[in-house]
Amino acid sequence: MNRTYELMFIVRPDMADEDLDKLISNLEATVTSAAGSIKSVDRMGKRRLAYTVRKFREGVYILLTIEGAGTVVRELERRLRVTEPVIKFLTVRIDLEQKRLDKIKKLRDAKKKVSAQPAAAAVAEEAPAPPVAETPATA
Amino acid sequence: MPEETKAPTIERPSGEGHRSDGPRSGGDRPRFGGGGGGRSGPGGPPREGGRKFFRRKKVCKFCTEKIADINYKDYRLLGQFVAESGKIVPRRLTGVCSPHQHRLAAAIKQARNIALLPFAGRAS
Repeated sequence: MNRTYELMFIVRPDMADEDLDKLISNLEATVTSAAGSIKSVDRMGKRRLAYTVRKFREGVYILLTIEGAGTVVRELERRLRVTEPVIKFLTVRIDLEQKRLDKIKKLRDAKKKVSAQPAAAAVAEEAPAPPVAETPATA
Repeated sequence: MPEETKAPTIERPSGEGHRSDGPRSGGDRPRFGGGGGGRSGPGGPPREGGRKFFRRKKVCKFCTEKIADINYKDYRLLGQFVAESGKIVPRRLTGVCSPHQHRLAAAIKQARNIALLPFAGRAS
């Protein structure tokens, strides 16, 4: 049940800040009432869109990170579809990807630690071994 | 009369008058070698004019720089792999390895959907 989603949506640029805050708090309430939790809210600010969306060339981007089941997302998306100022949204599931990235990070950190250890010990161990292995081969 | 003596030398169509028979009969060997060399490969063009084969080996940018996270949000990174027309550049031109190209394409498509990258036309 611990799925993590990233929900990015675009709001029309001529929307007032207070209305935006109200909208976000409404969404947060929806999430918490549907047994989910909001991890972070990131207002990315006004950006120029790559193409016109509903006759707008600019939009305010907001990124929400949510934890919960799929039903939470379904409810959120339904609301966003109905909300007039929201012109586009995209939900991405990120918990599996995050797991993969954490794994890679752990591997890389482990590698760093091993290489940080004194290399002299490893070299000393290896030096006697090859000559011992060679002599029976020649004999 | 002088014209008749000139005419046969000019009119010979096979051109054997100009070239000797040497290269003709030994022509099998160069052809053989040429065919073999071309097949075994562009290991650095064996002959000049090898632009058809490799230009210097291109390496995957994500593998060398150890970028594990290809996200739709970093449109600047993604924009490097998108042509002027907005199309995704094939990996034989960018040198990206196959798994990274799949992730890159998925990220670019997500970015297009959220208007961070265009579907067609110049990226703003």
